[in-house]
Amino acid sequence: MKLLGSLAFAAAALLGTAAQADDIAVKIGVLTDFSGLYTDDTGLGSLAAAKLAVQDFNPAAHGMKVEIISADHQNKPDLGSSIARQWFDVDHVDAIVDVPTSSVALAVSEVVREKNKVLLVSGAAISDLTGPKCSPNTVHWTYDTWMLANSTGKSIVKTGGDTWFFLTADYAFGHALARDTAAVVTANGGRVLGEVAHPLSTQDFSSYLLQAQSSKAKIIGLANAGGDTINAIKQGAEFGIQAGGQHFAALLFYVADVQALGLKAAQGLVLTETFYWDMNDGTRAWAKRWQEDRQGRFPNMNQAGVYGATLHYLKAVAALKSAADGRAAVAKMKELPTDDPLFGKGYIRIDGRKIHPAYLFEVKAPEESKYPGDLYKLRATIPAEEAFRPLKDGNCPLVTN
Amino acid sequence: MIQIFGIPSQALFGQLLLGLINGSFYALLSLGLAVIFGMLNIINFTHGAQYMMGAFCAFLLLKYLGINYWAALVIVPIVIGILGILIERLFLRHVRKLDHLYGLILTFGLALIIEGLFRNYYGSSGQPYSPPPELTGGHNLGFMFLPNYRAWVIGFSLAVCLATWFAIERTRLGSYLRAATENPALVRAFGINVPRMVTLTYGFGVGLAALAGVMAAPIYNVSPQMGSDLIIVVFAVVVIGGMGSIMGAIVTGFMLGIVEGLTKVFFPEASNTVIFAIMIVVLLARPAGLFGRAA
Repeated sequence: MKLLGSLAFAAAALLGTAAQADDIAVKIGVLTDFSGLYTDDTGLGSLAAAKLAVQDFNPAAHGMKVEIISADHQNKPDLGSSIARQWFDVDHVDAIVDVPTSSVALAVSEVVREKNKVLLVSGAAISDLTGPKCSPNTVHWTYDTWMLANSTGKSIVKTGGDTWFFLTADYAFGHALARDTAAVVTANGGRVLGEVAHPLSTQDFSSYLLQAQSSKAKIIGLANAGGDTINAIKQGAEFGIQAGGQHFAALLFYVADVQALGLKAAQGLVLTETFYWDMNDGTRAWAKRWQEDRQGRFPNMNQAGVYGATLHYLKAVAALKSAADGRAAVAKMKELPTDDPLFGKGYIRIDGRKIHPAYLFEVKAPEESKYPGDLYKLRATIPAEEAFRPLKDGNCPLVTN
Repeated sequence: MIQIFGIPSQALFGQLLLGLINGSFYALLSLGLAVIFGMLNIINFTHGAQYMMGAFCAFLLLKYLGINYWAALVIVPIVIGILGILIERLFLRHVRKLDHLYGLILTFGLALIIEGLFRNYYGSSGQPYSPPPELTGGHNLGFMFLPNYRAWVIGFSLAVCLATWFAIERTRLGSYLRAATENPALVRAFGINVPRMVTLTYGFGVGLAALAGVMAAPIYNVSPQMGSDLIIVVFAVVVIGGMGSIMGAIVTGFMLGIVEGLTKVFFPEASNTVIFAIMIVVLLARPAGLFGRAA
């Protein structure tokens, strides 16, 4: 085994020098949801963002050749990890980006660590990726469950929403989001009155809504995403949840979800993203280029994160002049300060957490929306240092060792 | 307050009623499937996609032509039913005499293509559709808040189900249909155009799916995958009720809605598997289904 290992190492070293002789070849795989309920929030939009990052990096100027490939993991952890294995073993992929659906991201993270490649997470939310499950090969770029809880959850408790009932998607992501939010609620003097876990992709929420209604909690926390959140809010209006004085907290909500629900039903919802296409000239210009590929749609933070993470990874590879060693590439990414037009200046912590500000938005009323995609107004900015879980609280083995 | 299994009885009544409402969608969809299987011997896997097209058609009519919910309730089943007739003419009639598997694979493939096309154009997040203004609001029944729209769903689908059952089991036209399934050659000898009858029956079954789609649009997210989320459950309902049994599909649909509703209270995590557990038990005890005649 040891002999095999050193042989492989020697071969890798040889290949590395061979590649350096001409262009440095880098292959990036966008592993995302192209067909399920998270497609609009990631999917083709993420692929388009990765391509823009390569364009802006300009590989030729750095003596590099970058190739982007993509695959659909269908939100299945087993499928995600087998695609990752095939990419590394057969297709010689150096880095995987996006990977929405927390359960898939956790599975792929293990494969990436084993093969010493790079994982740039944008679409997945679970904060354990930079906590107990952190890896020297993984960077978690865009957001996480702790940050959503800390921003949306805290602001709601502070404005009087002090009793909560959770509707939780019954898998890794939902439970992590409910757990992190419950911690924030109790830390700020609120109480959690109950929780009900529903299967992923539930059509009918009426039964759960009735349970939430009878709990008399002021806030119904939706620890789910995509179609599940939309269905819950749509049916909540029907059952008179808002009319009865209860409010929804959509803990993870995107531009496409607002459009699916319509402003009439979504107005007033408070949500957190780390990117909004209409923030400043830089984001607007980028969104316009992105729309050449995705007509009529608007990018969200996941897709922006794919852009930011890919761009920064390529800078690190250029500095190292090799993409062969994944651990070294991630170490280089942590060493270099980050800077891009979408997230501004920032850095990556030792646990793999990318640090940047988070924004608390409120969904506009129909009469406030002046042009297509004009959906959010900014309520608060959470500064970069406060937006994410403090390093010491994460229980990441990379930090303690 | 009286408690049953640790749940206040009032909450339990609420959940029973909600189960019945969900059951009405199962009943409507499994009815269409049962009609198609009973008359055509086709396992129609496109049913979920046709239900989804019904919801989308209602959304498109409202968005581009300003046609409201009530008109959509009539127009959509006709439009989607005609599309169904085209499918039957172009594809299904060629596999009708072959093994069930061919029809199953053909319709499954069609469902994937239709869903993929819709996802390509409209994305996966879904489209907004509001309930008709006449049916917004609701009544407090004492044990729960019943939205008017849900009350309408349960009443209307029950009426449609019973009318369909009556038409097939108790009218002359229905008797021709049933006879044509048993012995098409003989029925043809009496001067009845059997192929046309079969085509129209398929169109009718598809129309039922589209009707369920229109009824679902105001309360469920109108998205391309809404059908595939539901179709597997509906197939389980048909199997439990007995393939091709009209009454079986209706009764089982409502019954399983209630079972699922109760599971959502006592053990919510299992709510999407309980129907399949029942299916296994039923198939072991009565392989032909609860209402099916043994072959």
